[in-house]
Amino acid sequence: MRKFLAGIMCCSLLLCAAVAQARSAADSYPDAPLTLVVVYTPGGATDLQARISAIKAQDPKYFGQPMVILNKPGAGGMSGWNWFMDRGSKDGLTITAYNMPHFIAQSIVNKTRYNINTFEPLGNWGADPAVLCVAKDSKFKSVDDLVKFARENPGKLTINGAGLYVGHHIATLQLQKAAGLKVTYIPEKGGTDALQSVLSGKVLAGFNNLADVYRSQDRLTILAVADVKRHEFLPDVPTFRELGIDIDDASVNFRGYAMPKGVDPAIVEKAAKILPAMFNDPEVVKRMRESGSPMLVMDREQVKKMFVEKQKTLEALLKDLRND
Amino acid sequence: MEQFLLHLPLVFDWMNLLALLAGTVGGLFFGAMPGLSPTMAVALLVPITFYMPPATSLILLGAVYTSAVAGGSISAILLSIPGAPASIATLFDGHTMAKQGRAQEALYTTFVSSFIGGVFGVMVMILFSPPMAEFAMRFGPSELFWTAIFGITVITGLSSGAVLKGLFGGALGVLLSTVGYSTLTGEPRFVVHDALASGITMVPALIGFFAVPQIIDLMENSHILLEKLTFKPEKGMLRKVVMAHRKYLRTLAMGCGLGTLIGVVPGAGGNVAGIMVYDQARKLDKHPERFGTGDPEGVCASECANNATVAPAIIPLLTLSIPGSPTAAVLLGGLLIHGLFPGPDLFTEKAEVTYTFIAGLFLAQFTMLIFGLLASRYSHLVANAPNYMMFAAVMILCVFGSYCVQNSYEDVLVMFTLGVLMFVMGKFGFPSAPIVLGLILGPIAEENFLRGEMIAETNVGVFNYFFTGTLNIVLIALCVLSLAWGLYSEVKFARKMKAQAAAQAGE
Repeated sequence: MRKFLAGIMCCSLLLCAAVAQARSAADSYPDAPLTLVVVYTPGGATDLQARISAIKAQDPKYFGQPMVILNKPGAGGMSGWNWFMDRGSKDGLTITAYNMPHFIAQSIVNKTRYNINTFEPLGNWGADPAVLCVAKDSKFKSVDDLVKFARENPGKLTINGAGLYVGHHIATLQLQKAAGLKVTYIPEKGGTDALQSVLSGKVLAGFNNLADVYRSQDRLTILAVADVKRHEFLPDVPTFRELGIDIDDASVNFRGYAMPKGVDPAIVEKAAKILPAMFNDPEVVKRMRESGSPMLVMDREQVKKMFVEKQKTLEALLKDLRND
Repeated sequence: MEQFLLHLPLVFDWMNLLALLAGTVGGLFFGAMPGLSPTMAVALLVPITFYMPPATSLILLGAVYTSAVAGGSISAILLSIPGAPASIATLFDGHTMAKQGRAQEALYTTFVSSFIGGVFGVMVMILFSPPMAEFAMRFGPSELFWTAIFGITVITGLSSGAVLKGLFGGALGVLLSTVGYSTLTGEPRFVVHDALASGITMVPALIGFFAVPQIIDLMENSHILLEKLTFKPEKGMLRKVVMAHRKYLRTLAMGCGLGTLIGVVPGAGGNVAGIMVYDQARKLDKHPERFGTGDPEGVCASECANNATVAPAIIPLLTLSIPGSPTAAVLLGGLLIHGLFPGPDLFTEKAEVTYTFIAGLFLAQFTMLIFGLLASRYSHLVANAPNYMMFAAVMILCVFGSYCVQNSYEDVLVMFTLGVLMFVMGKFGFPSAPIVLGLILGPIAEENFLRGEMIAETNVGVFNYFFTGTLNIVLIALCVLSLAWGLYSEVKFARKMKAQAAAQAGE
């Protein structure tokens, strides 16, 4: 009998604790340090920007808790995001940095445990458009030259990028579709490797991150930006649309925070409210500017809408590349 | 050069000096901890440098990079755990020396050779940056493919007496390296479990191949109470080691030269510089059989080459914004957060910061030498530990090292699986180095071949793409030479063994 009573006591205590926690979960959130899962190696562009974006998390104005970066690289991000969905805690303390269009493209092509419906976006901090560039001494001086060459020599135009199913790949697919071309896409190990091949003339042209190409302008000619409007860093470079090739912003590398589906909606809303302000903190903005990282702050609703739009565009582009 | 001398005094600002010292000590510690690679050390420090002046933060990162590369050999020598792929070749002679009670000599050799290689690398950086960068840019897919093949030919030299087993190991390594999603075609290969989606991670594999069989061996002997080991730090060791280096001139020259060249070429696998120089030093030696039996010259070859890659890997980063190694790639982040964009501006407008950084890198070689030697004096404490304590400690470090590369439990499982596999294979006489070489170089060869093929099909054709051009032909010639030499010495070795056996039978 004594044991039974003790058991009941224990159960009720646990129940009380659970109830108390449920009620106050959102109010007291976050009551422990946060983890930001970055699915790329330390030191890469995403990692660097994620670290900058999180420097003010400890400020009581925002989360009031430090945000620890956890790198889970591998398979272009798939390992990390799969881990995040499977084993990341669902209490709102584990957040991931998403990369668009990578994760959507991967979820379309491969069997992943994440897609636009399993991520609860919180806010977006950056947007790095893909730009088409050639070496300074290249025979191509404009997009017209490139398109003309590709029309006359189907499949002979080599364009490289940082890998498969990343923005650069998407941009190349869009270029093929919009201009009716056949080009050869060369996936490289990373953005800087791709840039090297363009600089040394191993490939004829490359799609690369605006931020990286911007820093190498003395050796590269930037032909066009794969975005819907010109970029403030490069006011003289036209968009593809201006040149009569219909390419939208599907290849722009958007970066932001997301929680896994299953987190208490009140917590999601609370974090989503904090983030845009945190990204717009003068300290964060200053650091991002100094490191040449183009910013674009968006709130949860905007990102959600964007996810749905991008899913449609990418499905149409990638339907022939599915890995089943 | 004048710029360098002009800015050298700036390093002696107290903040910079403090950064230099802290970076060196921290780097040695990081390097010595298995799993905490130089790349990770620099990556973890980059955010900390947010609030430092640019020059100070770069000196800190440079010092950490330099010392972490040298520090990696501490665990390789004392514990037989290569903290990074760069220390594999150090392990061959270094750990054998440690087992013979000569850990101190091995460590002293490590730091003296690292110092020589490091200083050479920085001098090349100061004097020949533009032509070196030019040279690096000539390496495209075909050249990188041949470089990787050249690296693979090293297998013939690494397994004397067992070339077939060595080649089998190499093939197994290449096969293991294909696990995961292909970076070029996007298909999953051998992904029987999610843990393998990103392939087999290098450091856990290294630990598995080199350290786990050692642990099992230690466990086997742990019940035997050995006589108490009393290795003491020897006096006059530094003198002895420095004097010995005078005899290693050819090895040092090769280590510096080849190390610098491999370091400057992005994506050529600076990780294998040590093992390649080790192999060449051995092939050119009159008595190749002494390598691997605890000869300090083997340690010298590997370490000199490793540290000679450090500064050159930064050359294409500073001049072209193309990092020459994964660590240099992380260093790029360190430059960017201070608004230092690599390119010509770095040497004109931002010359003060850049040259202070280079000067700091130069002085870091000296601090690395001093602190490295100081730390080596205490190596007898590890060498004197009894087996039953050692295997537990090594096992903890193995698990820790494998886990913290990607914060992944699966990596620990991969480490143990490969380790047990290696233990069994070791019993059948298969050497572990060729497997690791295959694992490192397989992807470089495969990716660059496929990439080259894709490019070649759009222009000159596959044969012309891979077999024409001066650089390609030079590299092919090197491959053929290395292979022929390896086979020749194998035949010689077999004959000698046969003659010995015959002589014994005759007695």
